[in-house]
Amino acid sequence: MFDYIFLVPLIPLLGFIFNGLLIGRVPRPLISLVGCLTVGVSFILSVFLFFALKSLPAEARFIEQVLFSWIPAGSFQVDVAFLLDPLSAVMILVVSGVGFLIHVYSVGYMHSDPGYGRYFAFLNLFTFSMLTLVLANNFLLMFVGWEGVGLCSYLLIGFWFEKKSASDAGKKAFIVNRIGDFGFLLGMFLIFWQVGSLHFDTVMKTAPLVFTAGGGLITAACILLFVGAIGKSAQIPLYVWLPDAMEGPTPVSALIHAATMVTAGVYMIARTHDLYLMAPDALMVVAVIGAATAFFAATIGLAQNDIKRVLAYSTVSQLGYMFLACGVASFAAGIFHLMTHAFFKALLFLGAGSVIHAMSAEQNMRKMGGLKKYLPITYPTMLVATLAIAGIPGFSGFFSKDEILWKSFSSHYGHPFLWVIGFVTAGLTAFYMFRLIYLTFHGQERMDDKTRHHLHESPRTMTVPLVILAVLSVVGGWVGMPHLFGVTNYFEHWMEPVMTPGYNASEGPLLASGGSDTGMEILLMVLSVGLVLAAIYAARYYYQKNIQAATALREKLSGLNKLLVNKYYVDEIYGAVIVRPVVYGSIFLWKVVDVVLIDGLANGLATIARDMAEVLRHMQSGQVRRYATLFVTGVLLVIAYFVFG
Amino acid sequence: MVPISAYLILAAVLFGIGTIGVLITRNVIVIFMSIELMLNAANLALIAFSRGMNVLDGHVFVFLVLTVAAAEAAVGLAMIVLIFRNRETINIDRFSIMKW
Amino acid sequence: MTDYVSILSIDLSLVAPELVLLAAAALILLFIPLRKMVFLAPVIAALAFILSFYLAVGQWHYSGSGFAGLVTCDSFGVMFKLIFLLASFLSLLIARRFFVIKGIDKPEFYALLLFSVIGMMVMANTVDLVVMFLGLEIMSIPLYVMAAFNRRSLESNEAGIKYFIMGAFASAFLLMGIAFIYGAAETTDFRRIVADFSYIVANYRIYLYAGTALILVGFGFKVAIVPFHTWVPDVYQGAPTPVTGFFSVAPKAAGFAVMLRIFLYGFERIELLADIFWVLAVLTMTVGNIMALRQDNVKRMLAYSSIAHAGYIMIALVVGGSEAISAAMFYLVAYTFFNIGAFAVVTILETRSGCKSDFVELAGIGKATPYLSAVLALFMFALAGFPPTVGFFGKFYLFSAAVKAGYIWLAVIGVMNSFVSVYYYLRVIKTSYMDPYEGQPAVVKLVPSIFLVLIITAVGTLGLGFFPQKLLELSQAALFAFL
Repeated sequence: MFDYIFLVPLIPLLGFIFNGLLIGRVPRPLISLVGCLTVGVSFILSVFLFFALKSLPAEARFIEQVLFSWIPAGSFQVDVAFLLDPLSAVMILVVSGVGFLIHVYSVGYMHSDPGYGRYFAFLNLFTFSMLTLVLANNFLLMFVGWEGVGLCSYLLIGFWFEKKSASDAGKKAFIVNRIGDFGFLLGMFLIFWQVGSLHFDTVMKTAPLVFTAGGGLITAACILLFVGAIGKSAQIPLYVWLPDAMEGPTPVSALIHAATMVTAGVYMIARTHDLYLMAPDALMVVAVIGAATAFFAATIGLAQNDIKRVLAYSTVSQLGYMFLACGVASFAAGIFHLMTHAFFKALLFLGAGSVIHAMSAEQNMRKMGGLKKYLPITYPTMLVATLAIAGIPGFSGFFSKDEILWKSFSSHYGHPFLWVIGFVTAGLTAFYMFRLIYLTFHGQERMDDKTRHHLHESPRTMTVPLVILAVLSVVGGWVGMPHLFGVTNYFEHWMEPVMTPGYNASEGPLLASGGSDTGMEILLMVLSVGLVLAAIYAARYYYQKNIQAATALREKLSGLNKLLVNKYYVDEIYGAVIVRPVVYGSIFLWKVVDVVLIDGLANGLATIARDMAEVLRHMQSGQVRRYATLFVTGVLLVIAYFVFG
Repeated sequence: MVPISAYLILAAVLFGIGTIGVLITRNVIVIFMSIELMLNAANLALIAFSRGMNVLDGHVFVFLVLTVAAAEAAVGLAMIVLIFRNRETINIDRFSIMKW
Repeated sequence: MTDYVSILSIDLSLVAPELVLLAAAALILLFIPLRKMVFLAPVIAALAFILSFYLAVGQWHYSGSGFAGLVTCDSFGVMFKLIFLLASFLSLLIARRFFVIKGIDKPEFYALLLFSVIGMMVMANTVDLVVMFLGLEIMSIPLYVMAAFNRRSLESNEAGIKYFIMGAFASAFLLMGIAFIYGAAETTDFRRIVADFSYIVANYRIYLYAGTALILVGFGFKVAIVPFHTWVPDVYQGAPTPVTGFFSVAPKAAGFAVMLRIFLYGFERIELLADIFWVLAVLTMTVGNIMALRQDNVKRMLAYSSIAHAGYIMIALVVGGSEAISAAMFYLVAYTFFNIGAFAVVTILETRSGCKSDFVELAGIGKATPYLSAVLALFMFALAGFPPTVGFFGKFYLFSAAVKAGYIWLAVIGVMNSFVSVYYYLRVIKTSYMDPYEGQPAVVKLVPSIFLVLIITAVGTLGLGFFPQKLLELSQAALFAFL
């Protein structure tokens, strides 16, 4: 069975080659068949591989398949080789599984787009790159996938390139990712320089002998790698590209946010966790950045009206949770959340796509409302996803988020303060997600008549993936129930062979132990569930009842305007006390940090380059005599350097 | 007996005149003559060194350089004729269709 | 007495590859009056390149010196001979079709190409400064004519005259430098300079250093080091496109062959060199990349990009040592493949009527000729240094050689520069696939010769990206014979 590992990434690549070479030469059904089937086959293969791996004893679950020696010269040895272990097995399942559903959904969503073949070619390439990334057994091959993912995101975000905002967003994603890649590359150089290998297993085994634990070099290497993760996984301060990435087709957003791309950073840290465990300072940076991103992105999410933007900021925030988990050395919890998040976030995006599809491409939630009865499948599935992301017990998000919160409190690397941030963020998440649900599906219908006549549920190819993802969003978390429920945490157990460091275990409690303070764990769980419920109630109060009441009043009597104003006043008080500071804070973050600082930096670099070119082009005036003058100046400088230097 | 350094200084002066000639002249033919002057300055230096060290190879080099200069002159003058036929000018400052 | 013996021992096998090319060139010149035989000229040239390649391969591992020590044959030189022959063979295949379409197909061109390759070979296979100078001139004089080969095009005229004036100007500096070195060392043979180095430094330091500086300038001109690069964009843009492809690879490789020999063998012990090369390398790659960002003409953009690539290769001159030199050779071979490939595509596109290789002309080719634009995209990825093309490994070896030798900042600047370069390379891909175009883009006809070039270069670019080991071993072997 394990001889077929290489087929998992290869088959989508074949799909890309087929669709890419034959753009516009084959009928659409064939394009969709090839596009979906390739990813589907690689999903089925992944399932078989998963069970084959499971049938092995725990310590033998480490399969390497060397395809060929890529660069076997001298001290620098790199193979094109794949690594299948519990971690990558979970990742290929998620990537190919969720990816497959998104491909199927795209058949319906993109059915009338002129760039159909190009779209599926890129989508397959995207899947291929991500599978290469997670299956690579060395840094360099991972970097190949890493770059491929970046390239595909550029191509797909800017898919509708005739829209200026879309091609700008593609460019922005590309530039911001470049900054991250730069860090990754430097980290890779540093590791190679010190260890002399890029092979994961060798690096992990040799690192304790080469680096001093907690020393400057290992911390620098980890932080540089983390810079790469920040770029790819959209953390502070490089998260800005992700909300703009909404400009691409919605299934692409689902793919970027759920299955591929943004999870790469989390995966990379989990993959190199042995290095991070040797650098507690770097772990702390990861945890703090993760927690801060989780919180700030959630506050920004409160202030958005574009349905996809809310989801985008929620992704940033949830990724923050995953990094928080990694930062407190609870890597399994991070990957667990990555998995459950893939299910419900894909569902949310695809659901949002279905809404937008129904609403004739309207994305502003203020112009929606009351869609519940028009979209009988989209609504319940999205509700399930929202319950999951909010963390209602029984749904997948609850288990993974709760695990992270508990670990951030109890872990050796954790801190109650980190827990507080995560806890508040959970409340904010529930609030803005239910705000989305109420504004979109409940209350008054605020769209114009033309749009209303158009309202329709999406075709089968779009709704079936929604239903499947909804089921997964519920049951997906059951594999990782906490110990205190009296069941085995299968997920943690599964990850154990990867996540247990065998080399420097003597140096104290390295991995987060679950802790045994059951009473405390229950208390914290109850607290967070309580907060979530309160937040949902608040959202319901302010975004369902008030809006209905206010609109009804406006329609009735002008004398009752006062009441309307009063209602508004209530909103204002509420706003002034709770939301407004947060909203202003978030608007500040969005407008100032985002727009001025980060955009300014990116644009500034471009401007500087352009200005420099403006200056330099005077050297290139076309006048030979000026060339000669420059030449002589150069000669004199070089001679002066030699003679007097 | 004129010291070697005198020849070298003369060579340097000729070289400098040639360089300045290239920088300040607009006529391509004069520029070309200035370059020839620079080459001959180098030749003078070679001969001076050769003479100072009492060996002969410097002289041989000069013959080689003269040949090269002749070849360069042939190609260069042909090219000047060509561009004069197409543009009706040999003002170097006019030859700037391509820039930046 | 020994000197007489070595003069008499004229070993023609040392220069066999050159002699083949010389014979072919003479033959072509003889054919010119026979108008009906003219079509044979490119065939003769191509056969000569193949035969010469075969003979050069036979010289591998053969090291020896002849013609009174003026010609030195070693694997390093052979490696470069192979690069020149490969580049000129590919350029020849591209050129023929282009010249026929533009109506400037003259047999003289092939003779000029052969002569200039002979000059390059002479340059790469000697340790004597005067012979290097002669080789440089044998190479350059045909290049001036080739740049101006499109007689009716004002751009081509201008390219020729600019190249000629700047080139002759630079040669004068080079010759002056050689005179200074001769004055300091009483010889122009590096083996003797190296042997007496301490004595020369102690007594004639000023002459030696001034000479070194001028030689650096003279050869730096050929490889387009900033600030001696100003001719490059104008000449590359104006010259006929196949010629530009040739310019961007072969003379540059020849310049580097000489510079690696002079500065890492002859003058290795001048400590000042590393610092000045550091500054020049950084300047060269940065200026090249920044200027390339704002170009609207693809040929001109590629001209600046070739300046930037020269900057990367100069890292080897800074770092020195076997690893860096073999990395530079690796890079030059890799660069030959993907840069000539890129120019081949540009040439084909320029055969459409009224095209001047501006960016806007690329719009729509993604749909009109999907395979051609896919190959173009591949070359752009290679130029930008994406894995798994060979471009990535070229940069990787150079930068890691820099890191290993402790030049961390140089590597960092190099990496940053290659990130900047991604922008304009991807712009080509973006324009060809994504930019809207009106009307029907003219269909491009692929002829077998250009098709062959595309196959060779694309296979080289990708194949060496997957299996770079053989080439790396080759360039390491070439190096051991040299040191």
